Amino acid sequence: MSKPITKITPNAAVFFDNDPQDELTTLNIGPTHPATHGVFQNVVQIDGERIVSGVSTIGYIHRAFEKIAEHRPFYQITPLTDRLNYCSSPINNMGWHMTVEKLLDIELPKRVQYMRVIVMELARIADHIICNGILGVDTGAFSGFLYVMQEREFIYEIFEEICGARLTTNIGRIGGFERDFNEIAFHKIEEFLKRFPPVLKEFENLFVRNRIFIERTSGVAAVTPEDALNYSWSGPILRATGVDYDVRSTAPYSSYEEFDFDVPVGANGDVYDRFMVRNEEMWQSLRIIEQALEKIKKEPAGVFHADVPEFYLPPKEQVYTNMEALIYHFKIVMGEWETPKSEVYHAVEGGNGELGFYLIHDGGRTPYRLHFRRPSFINYQMFAPMSSGMLISDAIINMSSLNVIAGELDA
Amino acid sequence: MDKLDNQIVINRLQEQFAEQVRVVSDPHGLLTVATEATTILDLLAFVKEDEQLRFNYLTDITAVHYPNDERDFCVVYHVHNLLHNVRLRIKVFINGPVPTIPSATTLWNGANWMERETFDFFGVVFEGHPDLRRILNMDELEVFPMRKEYPLEDPNRVDKKDFYFGR
Repeated sequence: MSKPITKITPNAAVFFDNDPQDELTTLNIGPTHPATHGVFQNVVQIDGERIVSGVSTIGYIHRAFEKIAEHRPFYQITPLTDRLNYCSSPINNMGWHMTVEKLLDIELPKRVQYMRVIVMELARIADHIICNGILGVDTGAFSGFLYVMQEREFIYEIFEEICGARLTTNIGRIGGFERDFNEIAFHKIEEFLKRFPPVLKEFENLFVRNRIFIERTSGVAAVTPEDALNYSWSGPILRATGVDYDVRSTAPYSSYEEFDFDVPVGANGDVYDRFMVRNEEMWQSLRIIEQALEKIKKEPAGVFHADVPEFYLPPKEQVYTNMEALIYHFKIVMGEWETPKSEVYHAVEGGNGELGFYLIHDGGRTPYRLHFRRPSFINYQMFAPMSSGMLISDAIINMSSLNVIAGELDA
Repeated sequence: MDKLDNQIVINRLQEQFAEQVRVVSDPHGLLTVATEATTILDLLAFVKEDEQLRFNYLTDITAVHYPNDERDFCVVYHVHNLLHNVRLRIKVFINGPVPTIPSATTLWNGANWMERETFDFFGVVFEGHPDLRRILNMDELEVFPMRKEYPLEDPNRVDKKDFYFGR
């Protein structure tokens, strides 16, 4: 993509300027179109099957999370983060908890950090499964999607065991987890490590050296690293262009620096490379989970939160029997906690890239300002400019490989 | 090349910009500097292109509203040096009611939507932006909803007033 990006407005007059003889067709893709996998619209001007120019309209499910967050105490913001990238909500939850912990200078016990790593990597696998599976569906291979969907279901069962919820998990607390992983959860994680590799292998066999898939994706929507960085891309799609920027290794959080894992990068930045990067990241996630399970065994059992009673909600039974617990319970729920005036930017590697939380706190009950740096929103802005000159069918798989999640796009 | 750290960044910025760029603080290790709307583009271009600094990755652009301050809007840029993993936060305080600042789209294409979002929610006008329209809110909206004067809930509601909590 080397030509300069021209001005685009949705205005029909601009489309008319491109097309004084009225030879081109204007086509709406979306807002509710099966190919967009979410509610957002692209108005494209097409010449036969080729896109001449396009305009993205987003914001159909904007829910004003940043405004709402200014009126909620910290722990009530966690459910809002669930609904950003709802394919990997635990990563969002953990990112938010870590932001607050950074603000409050809370140091977590190692065991809790490893537990978080497990949850985050499971969520990453669930996220990548969806993206790669859907990419398969969009290229016409439906069965791979169904194979891995079963495993995603199993990941959700693990989440259910850990926190009781499946999709919008609201997992963990500021300072740790609300309860320890139970026996069944550990057992299921170990079972997942056993049963997932053969399925992923089978999924890989369907696509990786499949002639049809390669011809359909290789060289499609190739992006140079310069363009990707210029557009502030992050996550698997940036790594597919060959830039090895992964927040987990560049700016490690939650003890990622202790883990041995590779950051896969692509060479061409096309749809095929994005598929391969996500695929390899799932293998790396499995490696990380294995190591985390080993590390947890060496830590003192039963530790699942930091010792910060002024910020961590006490167990309910203690609230009824213990005076201090009751006081802390009320102080936390009413937001009467002593918090420093400060500002924090914390980034985690979400399913789609650098998920950042920029929190400005004035010491009150609620954040003064909270801004989400949402990778989908920033990654997606290149879609319309890069689509011009593409076939419609290529643009569709390009969109699906960007893994745009409407919740994260619109916040 | 030596490892980049905040002190090197401060020195480099001061020798280039002298008092046009002032160091605010470094909360949690993230160096924060402030400058004026007239110098922001020079500063961004400098930190992006300078051989030593190379903050070539634009992480985020957003704004904050401080209705009680004289300069009531703050536009915040986060830039990132991916090589050394050093971040820099640049703040520009500007006046309302139509806060105006030059657009960074000439430096990064990625600034386009970030600035549109900031415009949409705060009404910050980015001069030179190719396509400054609302992005998440509907086009017919007449206010800038993230400004503090727009309440989230019914402003007549009293049961959540600080008064009832002994504040």
